[in-house]
Amino acid sequence: MSDRIEVKKTYKLFIGGAFPRSESGRTYEVNDHKGGFLANPALASRKDLRDAVVIARTAHISWAKATAYNRGQILYRIAEMLEGRADQFASEISALDGISIKEALKEVHLSVDRLVWYAGWSDKLSALVGATNPVSGPYFNFSIPEPMGVVGAIATEKNSLLGFIDAIAPIIVSGNSVIVLASERAPLPAMSFAEVLATSDLPPGVCNILTGSKSELAPWFASHMDIDGLDITGVEHDLRADVKVAGAENLKRIHSFADGQSPARILSFMEIKTTWHPIGV
Amino acid sequence: MEFYGLVDGTEISLRKFLQTLSGVDQIGAEARAAMLATRSIKTSAKNWAIDLAISMVDLTTLEGADTPGKVRALCNKAVRPDSTDSSVPSVGAICVYNDMVAIARKHLDSIGGSHVPVAAVSTAFPSGRASMAVKIQDTQDALDAGATEIDMVIDRGAFLSGQFQVVFDEIAKIRTLCGTKAHLKVILETGELVTYDNVRTASFIAMLAGADFIKTSTGKVSPAATPPVVLVMLEAVRDFHQLTNHKIGVKAAGGIRTTKDAIKQLVLVNETVGSQWLSPSLFRIGASALLNDLLMQRMKARDGFYPSPSYVSID
Repeated sequence: MSDRIEVKKTYKLFIGGAFPRSESGRTYEVNDHKGGFLANPALASRKDLRDAVVIARTAHISWAKATAYNRGQILYRIAEMLEGRADQFASEISALDGISIKEALKEVHLSVDRLVWYAGWSDKLSALVGATNPVSGPYFNFSIPEPMGVVGAIATEKNSLLGFIDAIAPIIVSGNSVIVLASERAPLPAMSFAEVLATSDLPPGVCNILTGSKSELAPWFASHMDIDGLDITGVEHDLRADVKVAGAENLKRIHSFADGQSPARILSFMEIKTTWHPIGV
Repeated sequence: MEFYGLVDGTEISLRKFLQTLSGVDQIGAEARAAMLATRSIKTSAKNWAIDLAISMVDLTTLEGADTPGKVRALCNKAVRPDSTDSSVPSVGAICVYNDMVAIARKHLDSIGGSHVPVAAVSTAFPSGRASMAVKIQDTQDALDAGATEIDMVIDRGAFLSGQFQVVFDEIAKIRTLCGTKAHLKVILETGELVTYDNVRTASFIAMLAGADFIKTSTGKVSPAATPPVVLVMLEAVRDFHQLTNHKIGVKAAGGIRTTKDAIKQLVLVNETVGSQWLSPSLFRIGASALLNDLLMQRMKARDGFYPSPSYVSID
């Protein structure tokens, strides 16, 4: 049998459930830990971000209306799809980070467990932070957490897959839609993860993934008036002040988080809504 | 001279004239429209195009659910599209149903918008399926209420069954009715005319019968103002200008929702009939959602960051 030429994957963006190239046509080079060539993912522009925001805004409306149970099931489904492709992700992580396949597989399994952990929270949030408030008067007074809308996230550079899951899962589980900028150094697992999302019943546009330059795009994330919240965990410290200033115009909720799973990551991108209702007739 | 001296009002003269028209190269028209759509208009040229497009918008509400309140709100927006920025020009016109004309006119005058004309859709809009007596009364009502632009629909049934003279006579009658009081825009409803040849024929019938503007669509039928259709109509207008030295306007209506779409239309105009037509008196865009997108693009140019739809009004 003759030597066949391997068919390499073109790493593109993931916007509205489709895999477009960047409108700018730009790409950049991603190398493995030894400096060898791995791939040319898209170098997203601010216009790709703009288009993604429009789509995310529409998608958020129906996603937020889905029942908490349903959202949890879909996140669980994402975990199932990821589990089935563990080997592919392990080899990508291993090439990028220079760790053994066994170590990389551990990160994949941790990522699956992380998704399941966040999936479980969807129908427990209102019990955790919602309340019937004691008020003096013939009224019920409820407080319930609601999703914010469109949230941006800049994923961390540390763990290319786990850090990415940490960026998206807590945002979408509550009914937000997310536009996430994947790790600049190691975006390949994130883009392969788009294929997992595409086959897991997550409505198109709820999770949109960009790859590209953090310093170029982070200010546009921050200043965009139709993005309600922003996770800047992956933004370097010297850039954070500028990002926060740019985000002040529309009082954007800007947070960064430590490693690890926490319900605080979910609640940071929710708002508490309080309603009054008369008691009795 | 009546009918520009090209026809004399009889069916035989109309048919003779229409036979002289060349056919439309469908592939060529689509390819040219697609090629012109790739033009990239940026920075200061884009800002200029946005303001021009705003001044060309016929801000439209044609719903069964239109209320006097909604029409008045739209009038406010027509005069001053962005309430936070007085440098934004007023739109080209307000376009409403017949019974809303008086309300719109009165409100516009009371808020310092007497420079904004009111256009009324007429002749049994949108289908055009009514007797001539009803169509005339419909138009007369609009004129009496103060409409200075009449958007009439042609009888597509008559056109498609080959009765060109019926179509011609209807337009000519409404033309006479409008007299000097109102501009006449003739809606071809290109989405129902099937071929580009038909669009070209209908354009010429409308122009010969006295239209001031030819308009693509009612907005109730899809497809509407696609770039190739607008191109074909602009070419008809160009040819008519060469023939008679009269400038006929074009109104693209329906399906133009984004700034990009609007700028594509402006490029078509500039490249087909020339920059003289880049004026609200010769080119209009019938739209409702488009204006918000134009305003948001304007804000982006002004502020340097992307705005949110929450900062423009919901119509």
